[in-house]
Amino acid sequence: MIFSFLKFRKIPLAWLLLTRQPLRLAVAIAGISFAGILMFMQLGFRDGLFDTSVTIHKLLDADLVLISPRSKSSISMSGFPKRRLIQTLAVEDVEKTTPVNLNYLLWRNPENLKTRSILALGFNPSDSLLLDEGFSKKAYKLRNPSRVLFDKLSRPEFGPIEEWFLSDKKVETEVAGKRVIVEGLVELGPSFGADGNLITSRETFLRLFPANPPGSIEIGLVKLKKGSDPELISRILNNSLPNDVRILTKNQFIEFEKNYWKNSTAIGFIFSLGALMGFVVGCVVVYQILYSDVTDHLPEYATLLAMGYRLKSLFFVVAREGFLLALFGYLPAYFSGQILYSVIRNSTKLPIIMDADKTILIFVLVLVMCMGSAAVAMRKLVDADPAEIF
Amino acid sequence: MVKANKSKNNVKNLKTVSINNLSHFYGKNENKKQVLNDVNLNIDKGELVLLKGPSGCGKTTLLTLIGALRTCQSGELVVLNNQLNGASRKTRQILRRSIGMIFQGHNLLRCLTAEQNVQMGADLIKGLTYLQRREIARNWLSAVGLEEHHKKLPNDLSGGQKQRVAIARALSANPKLLLADEPTSALDSVTGREIVTLLRKLAKEQNCSVLMVTHDPRISDMADRILNMEDGKIYSAHSELI
Repeated sequence: MIFSFLKFRKIPLAWLLLTRQPLRLAVAIAGISFAGILMFMQLGFRDGLFDTSVTIHKLLDADLVLISPRSKSSISMSGFPKRRLIQTLAVEDVEKTTPVNLNYLLWRNPENLKTRSILALGFNPSDSLLLDEGFSKKAYKLRNPSRVLFDKLSRPEFGPIEEWFLSDKKVETEVAGKRVIVEGLVELGPSFGADGNLITSRETFLRLFPANPPGSIEIGLVKLKKGSDPELISRILNNSLPNDVRILTKNQFIEFEKNYWKNSTAIGFIFSLGALMGFVVGCVVVYQILYSDVTDHLPEYATLLAMGYRLKSLFFVVAREGFLLALFGYLPAYFSGQILYSVIRNSTKLPIIMDADKTILIFVLVLVMCMGSAAVAMRKLVDADPAEIF
Repeated sequence: MVKANKSKNNVKNLKTVSINNLSHFYGKNENKKQVLNDVNLNIDKGELVLLKGPSGCGKTTLLTLIGALRTCQSGELVVLNNQLNGASRKTRQILRRSIGMIFQGHNLLRCLTAEQNVQMGADLIKGLTYLQRREIARNWLSAVGLEEHHKKLPNDLSGGQKQRVAIARALSANPKLLLADEPTSALDSVTGREIVTLLRKLAKEQNCSVLMVTHDPRISDMADRILNMEDGKIYSAHSELI
């Protein structure tokens, strides 16, 4: 093993060629890192958008979700008859159901009295809404009329609700022009569609939004008995219920929301284009660096060819230079990305995180960027004519 | 008949280079210019041959053809028993591993130390470990008197020292033929003579033939044979056309 390692060990020519001019190497690394950071930011924002758009979806305590076929996303939900949800109880595997109303209402900031749109969810406090175990205690307080639970992760423009609430101050304000009292705090998180959220009882919701017919709901949550197959029950219900309702599994409901942002808006495209721009900028930087490196060392490459080295070996040297640049350019981009994600998370409360998928995807993109540029720069190597060096 | 063939092969094996009616042209159509004109030349094993002649007479072209760096166009060119007329790129590349080359501008790799430059030559030898190849490089640097300078980069070496490194690099791959293009042109007379003396000694020890293009009259006495070249033809030192 050691013998074969020693046999194949060679002088690290690619490394030595790169490090001979430290300033040029530093510029190259800075360029690649910049491209990497740009891709991290753009893909971070894009994924953040998709993730925040389903923050509440993920928290819902349901195996199946009923929505209207006319609903496009959580920002444009249509109603459907509540009795469809009751009809699902005819299926033996269905354990319980929760009707939910959802709409945007105007919240008045109790401090500066400015109004702002907030996403409101209305449900029966005795039903199960969220997966959070402590939520049912808070939900109990919603039995009294005009009581709401405020999302403490909402943007600060809604007022210092959390601060006032924790200091035992009575938090009273207006929603849709009607007085409400904040009875508790929940943690949901803002999204690109909603800067803030509140939860209330269906009774209060219908009082705040009287235009909503009492027999109509926007979301129907279905909890199945343990061991049931959500895919199968979803198919059964889709076949048995009328066409004015659509039954999705929870994962399908999450994908339904994500797909809206991906396909029906320009946001996903814009951020992907931004990432592509970063990729192209990186390609140009690496190509310039490697091309000038190959041109500068052309007589040396020609000397190696004259000595009997294969052109393929020289291609490998340039490829290794590309690989090293990818590695050295990626690491600062990764750590800078971590810092910037943390800054963005703290200032915008968007869940932009450095997950494994993004870490690997951007490393692969940086690698493709450097190796692709190296492959183009290799064409210059063909110009290395060993006969010309005499 | 068999006996005759065998005898012919044996004669061939004694020659490092065998050239018959070699011609070479540059350009095409009306711009076509003949640089080598029916050249005939044999170089024996271990022989040191000096090739002289004015600029543009075809010396370097002949050197690059023998060094398998160009494609042979016309005539017969046999180097180390390889017919190069019609030889593939791969054949020429493999053959180059048996030919050491010393350039006028030494062409050392600027990013490598003296030792690493020499090791680039030794790295072409198959079946050796990294440490063995490095040992070879150190031995050759020692042979050219540069053992104390093995960690220096080319920029930190004098012209003579660089040329010694180039010689060590050329010899470290155990070549059977050494081609040198004006190796002493940039050196003073004492250093130039030292370099050629060293080259001759090391080449003889390895039974390696040397073809050296030079204008330097101070080293003429060290050659086994001196050839003159003019207008693409080779003459002996006594102006006799070969």
